[in-house]
Amino acid sequence: MSLSWSRFASPAAFYPIAGRLIPVFWVLAAGLILLGLYWGFFETPDRLGGSNPQKEYYRIIFIHVPSAWMSMWLYVVMVGWAAVGLVLNTRLSFMMANAVAPTGAIFTFLALWTGSFWGRPSWGTYWDWDPRLTSELILFFLYIGYIALHSAIDDTRRADRAAGLLAIVGLVMVPVIFWSINCPDPNQCAALHQRSGLGRVDGNILFAMLIMTLGFWAYSFATTFMRLRGIILTREAETAWAQEQVRAELAAQGVRT
Amino acid sequence: MLRVFWSLLHRDLLLAMRRRTDVLTTLFFFVIVVSLFPLGVGTETQTLRILGPGVVWVAALLASMLALERLFAADYEDGTLEQMLLTDQPLPLLVLAKVTAHWLLTGLPLVLIAPLVGMQYRLSDTEIGVMMLALLLGTPVLSLIGAIGAALTLGLRGGGILLSLLILPLYIPVLVYGAGAVEVSAVDLADTRPYLMLLGAFLLSALALAPPASSVALRISIQ
Amino acid sequence: MSGFLSQGGYAGFVWGAYGMVAALLAIEVIGLRRQRRTILKRLGRLMRLRSSGGQE
Repeated sequence: MSLSWSRFASPAAFYPIAGRLIPVFWVLAAGLILLGLYWGFFETPDRLGGSNPQKEYYRIIFIHVPSAWMSMWLYVVMVGWAAVGLVLNTRLSFMMANAVAPTGAIFTFLALWTGSFWGRPSWGTYWDWDPRLTSELILFFLYIGYIALHSAIDDTRRADRAAGLLAIVGLVMVPVIFWSINCPDPNQCAALHQRSGLGRVDGNILFAMLIMTLGFWAYSFATTFMRLRGIILTREAETAWAQEQVRAELAAQGVRT
Repeated sequence: MLRVFWSLLHRDLLLAMRRRTDVLTTLFFFVIVVSLFPLGVGTETQTLRILGPGVVWVAALLASMLALERLFAADYEDGTLEQMLLTDQPLPLLVLAKVTAHWLLTGLPLVLIAPLVGMQYRLSDTEIGVMMLALLLGTPVLSLIGAIGAALTLGLRGGGILLSLLILPLYIPVLVYGAGAVEVSAVDLADTRPYLMLLGAFLLSALALAPPASSVALRISIQ
Repeated sequence: MSGFLSQGGYAGFVWGAYGMVAALLAIEVIGLRRQRRTILKRLGRLMRLRSSGGQE
């Protein structure tokens, strides 16, 4: 088992695999997102009643919740690869962590933006320090910190490992930070989902949300692999296989080398 | 092993005493920041009493962070830090000694000057007492967590600002419960117990986890 | 159709949110493609320099 895995652990081996998978993920992403958007706009009620009535603006949920979920999931993935890199000392793992980070940061920003645009019509304000949005903001800072630390260090190896350790420390702290924002008064912990959403969620809404999440997930795979291939080429530029690869791709574009 | 701890602690304190201004600048920074807020927000007693706990804690976070750059910097520059990595003394212990010295010089003074600040914000004696206790428990946590950041950003240009960006989010739990403790003490002293226990739990966890993490960070930064 | 576009009067919020998502995701993808072109160009140029100029 270990033998077959380690074959893919080299950047050179994974590069073509990623290349073949990218279009697959694009098709998946496009299909799922289109389906999710259609379902969300046309198979769900225009307004919701019940204990927490919502008007048409609630449709923002179909991009807000998936963005938030992706932002959290991608952070965990980033930390996972960083941990693998720190423990096993494999180059590709760190490249993966670096490839994931910007996409994760973008989804975090989108979660904040869409949450804010949902908040304005429903709560009356763009930002009201809702615990979950505030935690999302902190997550954004954690992503930025990772990217900033990595770019501040010239030595690639030190940069990878330092940013990786930072991400791990961040992940350990995230529950504590979230808990302290959610429950600032331990004497009487307020309900965990104060300004929550929709109470009992309509089946169609849930379906659309899940489809959109899967779509974003496929999208993340596509962008991460695209970024990863760029990172691999840049870092492995001195090797023969990389130069061969560059030659081939430029030749396909009609550029002489 | 304890001897190593004490001797390193002693050495760091001695070195710092020779450059006393470093210690005092942190303290004065704290006092200045705390004094600035009323000028910006207004000096009405009600406002001050509401702001007080939060402002004091934010100022403590900022002061702690500014001082952190110096935690490893001097030893890094003259090569002593590399020597520490090469000895067979457990690195977490050495880190703990340095962090303790650092806290004694930059964190403890904040605890001691809290009454002065409390008076500026018209806090009651009970609130001031709770504030001192909360700072006593919280500032070491700030130094311990901050050490990880300081180790990661060793020798980097733009170090101070970068360090703040990395560390401030991690300070939030201490801020929330530290300020919260003071706020509820105005209402009911018994309510502060869970806050102080949480701060104590943070301190114990930080004491156990931060020095090893800082050691890993140091090894990463100094190949 | 007009009902879809106006979203019960909340068009600004709904399309403001969806618009930003579409914009950022598009920018990310376009950015990645440009990045790739730049990398290939740069590495290609480096290789040409090396093969024609020889070792310094």
